[in-house]
Parts: sequence; structure tokens; C-alpha cells
Amino acid sequence: MSDLKKIKDEFLLKLNENLNFNEINEIKSKLFGKNGLISSQFKKIGSINEEERKKFASDLNIIKDELLELIDTKINRIKNSEINEKLEKEKIDVTLPERSFVRGKIHPVSQTIDEISSIFSEIGFSVEEGPDVENEYNNFTALNTPDNHPARDMHDTFYLDKKKEKLLRTHTSPVQIRTMLKDKPPFKIIAPGRTYRSDSDQTHSPMFHQVEGLHIDKNINMGHLKGCLNYFIKEFFEVNKIKMRFRPSHFPFTEPSAEVDIGYEMKDGKIVIGEGNQWLEILGCGMVHPNVLKNVKIDPSKFQGYAFGIGIDRLAMLKYGIHDLRAFFDCDFRWLNHFGFDPLDVPTNYRGLSR
Amino acid sequence: MKITFDWLQDHLKTNFKEKNLLEQLTNIGLEVESVESLFAENELFKIAKIIKTEKHPNADRLKVCDVNVGERELKKVVCGASNAKEGLITIYAPPGATIPKTKIKLVTAKIRGVTSHGMLCSESELNLSDESDGITELSSKYEKKIGKSFFSKSKSNLIDLSITPNRPDCLGIRGIARDLAASGFGKLLELKEKKIKSKIKQTLKVKINKEKNQGCSTFGSCLITNVKNTESPKWLKNKLSSVGQKPISAIVDITNYVMLDINRPLHAYDADKIEKGIIVRNSNSGEEFVALDNKNYKLEKGMCVISDYKGVLGLGGIIGGTRSGTELNTKNILLESAYFDPSSVRNTAKKLNLDTDAKFRFERGIDPLSIEDGLHKAALLIKEICGGEISKIDIQKVGTHKTKVIKFDTNLFESVSGYKISVSEMIKILENLGFKCKKEKKHLKLTVPTWRPDISQEIDIVEELVRMSGYDKIKITNPIKERNKSTLNQSQKLFHFLQRAVASKGYLEAITWSFTDANYNMHFQGENKNIEIINPISSDLGVLRNSIFSNLIMHMSKNLDRGFKDLSIFEIGPVFTGKNPGEQNTVVCGLSSGKKSRLSWIEKERDVDVFDIKRDVVQTLVEAGYNYDEFFVDNETPNYYHPGKSGRLFLNKNESQAAAFFGEIHPNILKKIDIKAESLLGFEIFLDNLKISNKNLKNQKIKFNVSDFQKSERDFAFTVNKDVKAQDLVNAISSTNKNLISNIKVFDVYEGQNIPENQKSVAISVTIQSNEKTLNENDLENINNLIIEAVENKTGAKIRS
Repeated sequence: MSDLKKIKDEFLLKLNENLNFNEINEIKSKLFGKNGLISSQFKKIGSINEEERKKFASDLNIIKDELLELIDTKINRIKNSEINEKLEKEKIDVTLPERSFVRGKIHPVSQTIDEISSIFSEIGFSVEEGPDVENEYNNFTALNTPDNHPARDMHDTFYLDKKKEKLLRTHTSPVQIRTMLKDKPPFKIIAPGRTYRSDSDQTHSPMFHQVEGLHIDKNINMGHLKGCLNYFIKEFFEVNKIKMRFRPSHFPFTEPSAEVDIGYEMKDGKIVIGEGNQWLEILGCGMVHPNVLKNVKIDPSKFQGYAFGIGIDRLAMLKYGIHDLRAFFDCDFRWLNHFGFDPLDVPTNYRGLSR
Repeated sequence: MKITFDWLQDHLKTNFKEKNLLEQLTNIGLEVESVESLFAENELFKIAKIIKTEKHPNADRLKVCDVNVGERELKKVVCGASNAKEGLITIYAPPGATIPKTKIKLVTAKIRGVTSHGMLCSESELNLSDESDGITELSSKYEKKIGKSFFSKSKSNLIDLSITPNRPDCLGIRGIARDLAASGFGKLLELKEKKIKSKIKQTLKVKINKEKNQGCSTFGSCLITNVKNTESPKWLKNKLSSVGQKPISAIVDITNYVMLDINRPLHAYDADKIEKGIIVRNSNSGEEFVALDNKNYKLEKGMCVISDYKGVLGLGGIIGGTRSGTELNTKNILLESAYFDPSSVRNTAKKLNLDTDAKFRFERGIDPLSIEDGLHKAALLIKEICGGEISKIDIQKVGTHKTKVIKFDTNLFESVSGYKISVSEMIKILENLGFKCKKEKKHLKLTVPTWRPDISQEIDIVEELVRMSGYDKIKITNPIKERNKSTLNQSQKLFHFLQRAVASKGYLEAITWSFTDANYNMHFQGENKNIEIINPISSDLGVLRNSIFSNLIMHMSKNLDRGFKDLSIFEIGPVFTGKNPGEQNTVVCGLSSGKKSRLSWIEKERDVDVFDIKRDVVQTLVEAGYNYDEFFVDNETPNYYHPGKSGRLFLNKNESQAAAFFGEIHPNILKKIDIKAESLLGFEIFLDNLKISNKNLKNQKIKFNVSDFQKSERDFAFTVNKDVKAQDLVNAISSTNKNLISNIKVFDVYEGQNIPENQKSVAISVTIQSNEKTLNENDLENINNLIIEAVENKTGAKIRS
């Protein structure tokens, strides 16, 4: 009995000294090696009489566990501190720059087109396209703007031939004609794209972007037009309320025609859309003229509807506070970086148009 | 169109204020462009008297005047006019005033060392006349008004309206008043105009030739003899000045006044300068005349001219000539009031590049029934102001005006506008606009007023009714959120995918113009011919682009000049192959310049190279869903690429059209356009050559098929002739057993020591795996041998180890 206690006390004392890894291992084999002090006690168990045997075995096991645990703890502590010491030596300066990366950007006009498409997608419009080079018929005549109509003066047209039959489209409206000639009503399309006018100054660029809208069906009236644009403007500017004003105007291809103004105010040099009592013209629209429908072989007594045209660059300028239209096409690295969008920022319905 | 509320009130009785007027004008489609306060400006110009003049100490021609401007102290004003003398009553403009002619705002300034507090004005500076020789001299009756404002008070602001081309009637104040009245803004006043009561015959013979395409259908005229042309009376001068028109002489001012008031253009000839009589005819080719703008015009055949027996006097409805123009000493006047065909006027003006007020009005359509009204009104005014005798009115006609009648189905209004108004309200609006209305069973029978050439069918009537009852009455019908057709088609989806895929590889998206500089375009046009724009905005933007590279390189160069070095930009857009609609292709074009890992503490810097740009192209195409294993690359590229460091990629070996080009831009081009790039690489992906999958993702992802059997990697090294392409070795390997070979990767290419000249060593790692079993050594050995045999047979290579 006293043997066990003696061993225990002696080795607990020893183990509590400051030992290194080898010294602990030495103690471990002294106790638990083949002929170790504890191991040999276990061999004794068989020779102890039955009454004492149970208690002896139990005491021995307790001592064994206690010593082993202490030894393992000590060993682990030493191993850990060795690793820690090694890792400490491997320490590097993580404030050094990471490996270089480059970041691409999406042009604000492209982003705006995606936003517009996303909004109109919700209410069932699909996207149509047309060529940049148009014939005179699709661009003007079919749109109820015959030659010698003063309305042609509103468009400074780039021509590709002396006879003025081929031109760069002055608006996206010829896509209306192409779409209606190609299919049968109903039509519910938008057509974003490049447009051209030979006009170049601070606020005009010879190339700019428009989105055309066309909705032709039975019983489509001006209320639908107003509703559609009201919805679009609210969604696009991501505001709950919008002040919108329809004002009579004239376009040869729509009748009645309207220009649409939205209310705004200036706050700290920035335009705030939807409030205030100043008006900003943002688009032209109207009910498609019966002459246009007749030109594309649609019976105006059966089908009618609305069309609109919006300047995309101008929408982008208003929404994102861009002041200079010319900069859109100047390709200045700093500008593209500043106003561009991350390619992962795809405008979607569920996530919202913009972050 | 410039108007004032004052002038409007000659035709309109209303209790509303100017503020309401501005709103209402915009509400009925007569858009207010700007409102200018004339009075506030003009009030500053004071009647003043020069009390003393002294020679300027530092300038011989200048005088320093002490001027009484009605204040206690005299003002010191420096003046260069020779007629500035003591006692002269003139017009003084203080600092802060804007000189009407030059639009220059005066400030207190030192002139040759002497401070001048304002300025004494000439008539020309005030737009009173062309007199610019010396300062204005006012008569002694102004003595009592010294210190008062020279210009009479006008309470009205100058309102500038943007009149749409369909509304010629609103190019006259009365037309605007009529529209306002019909919209409920007041009452249109009846005109109680006097008529010419004369027994004298119009003795100058007028004849309209009956010929094809005669541009003049009616020519009304009267003679006014023994007039004395003079300065206009104050009311007339004020009226014209109030809308920004410069008074000239009574006769000119009166014709302008009638034109602005009722949109009836008139022309006054000096009757004594007309040879025998007036002939309205088509011009002969080569005829010439000097117009009132002092330019000589050479006419083409078939333009509508007013001539006498000597030659052309003027272009009908566009401009008169100097030969028969009225002057201050004109005694006898022939006053013309005619109807000219809009398209004839427009054609002629366009051909001669002439733009005049008369042309602007006639090409939009003048009321054919206003001919006599205009003559009555103008002739009587001339008689009143200039004296003389008026003849009877002479009217020559070759055509008759047809009254337009429209049968209007009143239900159309609601079906288009979406709201209702009563038939009686319709009738009220239309009658106020000058329509004659007759109610029939289901229709209104409407006679269109002659001043409305824009109205010819039912929808035009709907527009009038909506406009007048108010666009704010249109109720919003909210759109239904329903989609029956996909928003984008497959090729549009691909467009958007590629756009963002390329951007995600570090390229900034640019949008550049579809036209370009021919000098840049020529480097990149390949087989294409120049597609010229007939009327470019400048000669360096004269052609449609055959490639996006020209613009991108131009802008890349500008950015490099700004000091940026490592740059990648791209554009997705059209390039043109011909001048017909549809002869265009959509291309994604990218440029990358500079170095990778510039100034990196961790990685070695190097120039961007072909394999960077090839990765961008290949990765983009793979992301877009094309099968990497089928890609086929060769080095046939257009001449704007480096012939040795560029490639052409096909989606598979059987495609005839390349999906993309990539490589270094040809060094000669870089030299020619003098771009400061350390390296410049480009690519083009041709959307129209990419096969559009008709399978969407739903259909592509059906079966998940992978092998869980063990895979083995075997490395091979071959020596092979230098000109054999790595792709050939890879193809040879993959052709041996597509089922077992799951991956092939070239991991080393080596030339030099231990390798014969003209040969290279290519090391390839091949992954072999079966879907059915774990391959044993025997199987693997068989494949090894097959691979070696195939490569050696197909490429002439020899296995090294």
C-alpha cells in the first residue's frame, strides 16, 4: 500500500519540476515501461490475496490514470510550445500587398440598357433590334414623315449616298416598322440601340442611345401608355413616388403625341428625381398613328397602341449624376473606372436594379 | 415664336394672369421655351442730357462728358462719338445694363485712365435703327423727360414658344389666342377689321402661268400709290420690339406686324421697279437674281418665281429681290398676298440652302383664305401711316381650295384616350377651334378650318379633343405583370453574357462611335471598302468602321498619353461591311497593353503576351458554353495582327467561320499610328459566327455522369519538328480512345540542349480513366502504346522516354 502512495507522491513531485521532453519521457518509461514501477505493480495484482486485491487494483488504476494524465498534459504542452515557437519564426508581414488583380467595368450605358430591359421584362415586353444603317423608308416615310415634311428638319441625318436613300438611323423608331412588318399583332417590344444625328456640341453627341417602346393590341389606350411610363420611371429611378406630367406635342408617327416631364429639385448640386417643382423633359410618346399602322399592313380599326422613345444616355446621366454627355464616348480610363459598373452587378428583379 | 401677353390680349379677353398663361400654353402643347423680362432690362436706359464735354486727357478722339441722368450728381461718361456735344439730349446706359445689339453687360471701367460710369448709346446699339454713326440724338421735347426710362413700360414678358411643325396657325398671335380660348382660358375677340373701299383698279397686270407643278395657286395684290415711307409710329415700333423684332421702316414693319399677328406673310414691291407686270411661273434653268440677303442665286428649272417682263423678282414664299425692294423713297407699292404650295417652297429653299421667316411659314402651310384679310389689314395701315391711295384688290387663281370635311365617330375619342367627354363638350371645343360641326346619327360632320392643314382624319380630331380637355384627364391604367414571351432571345442573351464575361476578365467596357477616321480604319479594314458618310461632322469621322480596333486603338493611345500603362479595354458593338441595312456584324473587340505584375514585390513583371489574350478569349467562350475540347486554332489571321504571334480560333474543326482572332497588333501599325505601348494585344470575337445553342441550361443539365474508378496519370515526352503544333499532338492523343482519355495537358515545351536542331521536346500529361472498371497495368500499357503509336504516326514525333 505505502508503496503505491510513495510512488505517487514521489513522481508527482518530480513531474511538477520544470522538465524537458526527454526527461518526461524518461519518467514515463520509468513508470510505465516494461519493468516500470507502475507496470510491475500491475504484475503483482495476481499475488495479492482476494480481500485486498480489489482495493489494490482500484487504487493502482487511479494512480496510473492520474500520473498518465499529468505526463500527457506535460508532453502536449511542450509539443505545442515547440510548434508555436516554429510558427512564430515563420511570421510574415501581411500588410504587404496581395498579388495584383485587375477589375473590369461595364459601361453606364450598357448597365442602363440592362436596367431598362429588366424593368420592361416584368410587364411582358421583349427586346427587338434593328440595323444601324437604315433605308429612308423605314426611318421616315413609313413613320408618316414623307419627304418634304418639315419634321425631317428636326433630325439632322447622316446619309450614306447622294440620293439620300441609305442613312444612319436617327431614332430607334424604324425598329417598330421592322417588327410590325415581320410579325402579326399583338406587339409588345422595346428596342434599345445606337442612334445618330449630325449634331455635335456640348450637349449633343453625333451618336447616342435610345430605347423605343411599342405596344399594339386591341383596346390599348392612352391610359395604358401613362400607366406603363409611370411604372417605368418609378422603377428606373428607384423611388416610390414620381411627379410626372404629360404635355401635348407633335411627332409625325404618333397621334395624339405627348412629351413627358418629371418633377425634380436640386439638392446640394445634385438632381433629386420625383420631388420639387421643376420639370425635366425625358421622353416623347403617343398613340401610334393610323397611317403608320396602315404602312405595315395592320388594320387601325382593329388594332391600336402606343409607342415611346427615351434617350438612354440622358437617363443614365440623371440617375448616376453624370454631367457631360460627350464623356460617354471619350473612353477616358478614369471616367470608365469611375462611372462603370462591376460585371457582377447584373440588374435583376429579385435583387433590385442597383446595389 | 415670340409673343407677349399684351399682344395676345389684342385677340383674347381673359381674366387670368401671366403665370396661368405660361402653364396653359404648355398644357395645350404650345411649349414655353423661355420667358425673358424685357422691361427690367430696358428700364435701365435713361433719357439724359450732356451738360459739359472735355477732351479726354489721353486720347484725341475721346471725350469725357458730364451727363445729367436725372440724379443729383452728374455722371462722368467717356464717349467716342463725334456728335457728343454740350446740350445734346441722348440715351444713357448705366453699368449693369445689357446693350441690346451686342448683348454686352456694362461695367464701370477705366477707359485710357478715366473712369466711365456707363455709356451713351447709338441707335444701332439699341436696335432702334442701323444708324451707328454717333450717339442717338433726341429732340428737345425729351427735355422734360430727362432721367425717365427711354423705352416705354411694357408689363409683358417676352415669351418664347416652341411651335411644333404641324401648327402653322400658331405662328400668328391670333392662332395662339384661339387655342387658348378653346381650352377655356378666355374668349377669342371678334375682329372688326375695316375693309378696303376703293374704286381704283389695280392696274399692274398679274398672271399665274398654268403649268405643271405651279407652286402658286392664288396671288392677291393691291396697289398703293403716292405713299411716303417713313419711320413707324411708336405703337408699332413698340409692338415689334416687344417680341424682339427690329423696326425698320413703316412699310416693312407693317408687313411684319400682319405676319406676326395673323400669320399672313406679305411682300411689298416697289411698283415702279416692276417691268410691265407680274408673271408667276416656273424658273428656267440658270436664271439668276439677287435676293434681299444681297446674295446672288442661280436657279434650277421649275422653281416658283415671281417675275416681271425683265426677269426674276423673287422666289415665291421664300424671299424677295433687291431689284424691286421698297426703300424709304418708294412712292408706289404693290402689295402681294399669295398662297404657295408647302412642298414647292420647301424643295426650292432646300436646294438653294435658304432659310427665311416666310419660307418657315409657307412650308408649314398658310391659311389660303387669309389672302384678302392680310391685304385689307396691311393696306389700310399703310394708308394710315404713309398716306396714298389704295386700289381694289386683284385676285388671280389657278386652283381652288377644297374644304376638308371629316366624319368623326365620337366613340373613337374614348377608345383612344381612355376617358369620356360628352358630345356637347366635343362640339364646344371644336367650334371654338373654328370647326363647323353638324351632329349626325353616330357621327359629327366636321368642316376643318382652313388654317389647320394638319387636320385630315379622325385621329386628328381626337388629338384636338384630348389636347383641349387636358392630358391630365387621362387616367393611369397600371400595367399587368405578366410575361408571355422571353425578354431576350438566345443571341441577345449571348451578347449580354459575352459583354459581362469579358469585363470580368479585367477589361473596361468602352462605347465608341460607329464611325471613325479613314486613316485609322484603313489599317483594320481587311477586304472591306470604305463606307463613306456623305455629310460627316468632320473629315476625321468620315467612314463607318470596318473594325472596332480603329477607335479602340485611338482611345487606348490617348489613355497611354495620360500616363496610364497597363490597360485593358473592350467594346461590343457593330462593325460594317456595306452600306445596306443589315450589312453589319456584332463583334466583341478587346485591347490589352502594358505589363502583368508591374512593380510587384512578389511576382516577376512581364509584358502582356499572346497567351494572356488567348486565355481571355478561350475562357470567355468556355464560360459562354462552348466545348473547349472541340476548339481548333491555327495562325491564319488578318494582316493587322503580328503574322507570327496571332491565332484564329474555330469552335470546332468543321466550322468555316472563325469564332475569334487574337494576337499582337502588327508592329508596323503601332509605328504608323505612333502609339506608346510597351505591348499591345487584341482580340475579336464574332458573335454572328458563334453557333447559338437552342438548348437552354435546363436541357443541357440532364445527366450527371462521372466515373468513380481509379484514374491514372501518364506523362509522355516527344521530340518533334518545330513546325508541328502542340494541338496536333493533343489531337492525335485524344483520337486514340475518347472513352478512356479524360484529360490531356501540355506541360512543357523545350528547345535547345540535347534536342536536335529544328526539333522541340513537348511533354504531355494524359489522364486515363474508365467508366466501367479500374484499369489494370495491362490495359494501361495498351493505351500507352496506342498513344505513342498515334502521335508518332500522325505527327512524325518520336517518344523520348
